[in-house]
Amino acid sequence: MKLQAGERYFQELNEQIRQCKDTHIEIKNCLGQRYIGAGLSDKDIVIHGTPGNALGAYLNGGRITVYGNAQDATGDTLNEGEIIIHGSAGDAAGYAMRGGKILIQGDAGYRTGIHMKAYEQKIPAIVIGGCAGSFLGEYQAGGNIVVLGLNCPEDKAPVGYFCATGMHGGKIFLRSRVLPDLPEQVVSHVATPEDMREVLPLIDDYCRQFGTDKNAVLDYNFFVLRANTKNPYKQLYTYN
Amino acid sequence: MPMDYVYPEYEVVRNLSRCINCRVCEQQCANQVHAFDPKTGQMTADDAKCVNCHRCVAMCPTHALKIVKSDHAFKENGNWSAQTITEVYRQASSGGVLLSSMGNPKQYPVYWDKLLINASQVTNPSIDPLREPMETKTFLGKKRVSIKRDAQGNITPNLPPQLELSMPMLFSAMSYGSISYNAHASLARAAQQLGIYYNTGEGGLHEDFYQYGKNTIVQVASGRFGVHKDYLEAGAAIEIKMGQGAKPGIGGHLPGAKIVGDISKTRMIPEGSDAISPAPHHDIYSIEDLRQLVYSLKEATEYQKPVIVKIAAVHNVAAIASGIARSGADIIAIDGFRGGTGAAPTRIRDNVGIPIELALAAVDARLREEGIRDEVSIIAGGSIRSSSDIVKAIALGADAVYIGTAALLALGCHLCRSCHGGKCNWGIATQRPELVKRLDPDVGAQRLVHLLSAWNNEIKEMMGGMGINSIEALRGNRLMLRGVGLTDKELEILGVLHAGE
Repeated sequence: MKLQAGERYFQELNEQIRQCKDTHIEIKNCLGQRYIGAGLSDKDIVIHGTPGNALGAYLNGGRITVYGNAQDATGDTLNEGEIIIHGSAGDAAGYAMRGGKILIQGDAGYRTGIHMKAYEQKIPAIVIGGCAGSFLGEYQAGGNIVVLGLNCPEDKAPVGYFCATGMHGGKIFLRSRVLPDLPEQVVSHVATPEDMREVLPLIDDYCRQFGTDKNAVLDYNFFVLRANTKNPYKQLYTYN
Repeated sequence: MPMDYVYPEYEVVRNLSRCINCRVCEQQCANQVHAFDPKTGQMTADDAKCVNCHRCVAMCPTHALKIVKSDHAFKENGNWSAQTITEVYRQASSGGVLLSSMGNPKQYPVYWDKLLINASQVTNPSIDPLREPMETKTFLGKKRVSIKRDAQGNITPNLPPQLELSMPMLFSAMSYGSISYNAHASLARAAQQLGIYYNTGEGGLHEDFYQYGKNTIVQVASGRFGVHKDYLEAGAAIEIKMGQGAKPGIGGHLPGAKIVGDISKTRMIPEGSDAISPAPHHDIYSIEDLRQLVYSLKEATEYQKPVIVKIAAVHNVAAIASGIARSGADIIAIDGFRGGTGAAPTRIRDNVGIPIELALAAVDARLREEGIRDEVSIIAGGSIRSSSDIVKAIALGADAVYIGTAALLALGCHLCRSCHGGKCNWGIATQRPELVKRLDPDVGAQRLVHLLSAWNNEIKEMMGGMGINSIEALRGNRLMLRGVGLTDKELEILGVLHAGE
């Protein structure tokens, strides 16, 4: 089914998407309509234009592909399924993701992947092709965040300030020759072959989706950031 | 180091002529206060470990035990209390932030106790609730809608979703993790039997409790623990937790030691990992951002469920509530500074926030002034201790109240305020299996049903006395209240006259 978004109100557009029997839905001329795909589980939605905030919030399966940029809170609390953005994403993409995948061709804003968590086989992932804003992976408790830094300055890390603040689980992979300033509870090392084996499927996915030369991506230094404790604030309290 | 020695606050007094060395006290105490000394053939007690939870006292078959406050004293000082002095010692020794549990125990004014309820005499009849119909059924949700009619002139129902309560009470949010499986089971079963709601708190919903979904409010907090589509669908309403009365402005932090077994599964974080819910939602910096979260939840649940926004009672609560009423939320929950918690920094618990009575009255007045009172229902919480507190809260403008601490008391809590230790001897604020099993959910649910049914009967008695037969007619009816011993300013904020006026 093809839908024209234009200047339609988000509630009407989203109601039509929910009621639509087709699995494949194409939305043309999207002009900032919010909450597209919120809570859906079985749709393959293709969006041309700019979807509004909270695209694919609580997504429970299926796929959303955006030909354009996404705004804030993309994939908020995403549980399953994938969001593919042929462009850049605004702030707080993948907030509290607990499964599924977000691929961002270009840059991502502040607070990408904060509160990401993982449990057993559910390991969420975000791949950012360009640079990420400040507070990347803040409070990260699980999952993988990959920043490729393509087309970013090579003399600095492809992340903003306060990367991995409060991180206590999961991994951040930085394709970079320079490490960012890191908080005390985060340790870094140059990616080992084993680390690279772990991240390779994600990079494969990214390169396939966006037609990027995989060898050029891989022929570079990768750092892995991890928390050195699951309990960063353990010593903070005194029972009273 | 001797300098840090703090004399125990309580002493275990054992009547040796009654003690039969059955060692029940020893088995019952997770704090390991009691021990049997084979040399003397007598039970001994380490007072320093006692939290005064009364478990041993209650279980002692010969009533040989009592716990008394120690009369060991510092030199009297009106400024430096023993509590303050020992807190300095503790912090000097550890360098830690003081951590406490349950509600603010300090001597702040309790305005419920300075408000008195009216009754009918001579000129308007009171009503006998035992023999006449008396309505305490309550609906929570947006009320103001324009009436739409079809071509035949019949009203087209377009009322936004409502929560139906048999009585104006709900169980407050208490997460699975902060309280035990059996405590949650008790609350869920009681809510179902009573026709009211309990609240998951921010720890997700255990799969065993999905069956109580119609009586469940699911909470979404900044850490989003356990939040997914099925969870949102499972509940009758969704509550966004912005704040908590016991710790306004700070978040939740369940230490890794409590993330075990099913807690880990329900929250979807690995065992032993800290569960951190920071103070702010990092995607909410304005009412417009809050509106975004409200609507993303409504979109995800197809506008079928009311959305509650819970905030702590803070200084400018009325202006905040006005914003929330315009955010698309259906219900505002306001939590006063005496509300309970499983753990909060002592200084925050004891010094931040304002009393629910003043906050509630201010919010109700502000929303009415602005003509948006019907946009939202109001739930007041933060130490509702009795049915008369509820009647007063409703007269000050609440639609319903959240009951937390009183519900825990019904389950056996003795308010020892040691939840943060995770060794609750009553099986409530603990995850240790041998302690959790002490709380029988059937008994727990029954006691909760007893308590709330009794309160509901008392509410009806008081309503009848006022000549009111519907709880609706009591809501915001400040003429039914008078203050005693309050200043003009306090009366002005509460919107009530002084007794005698």
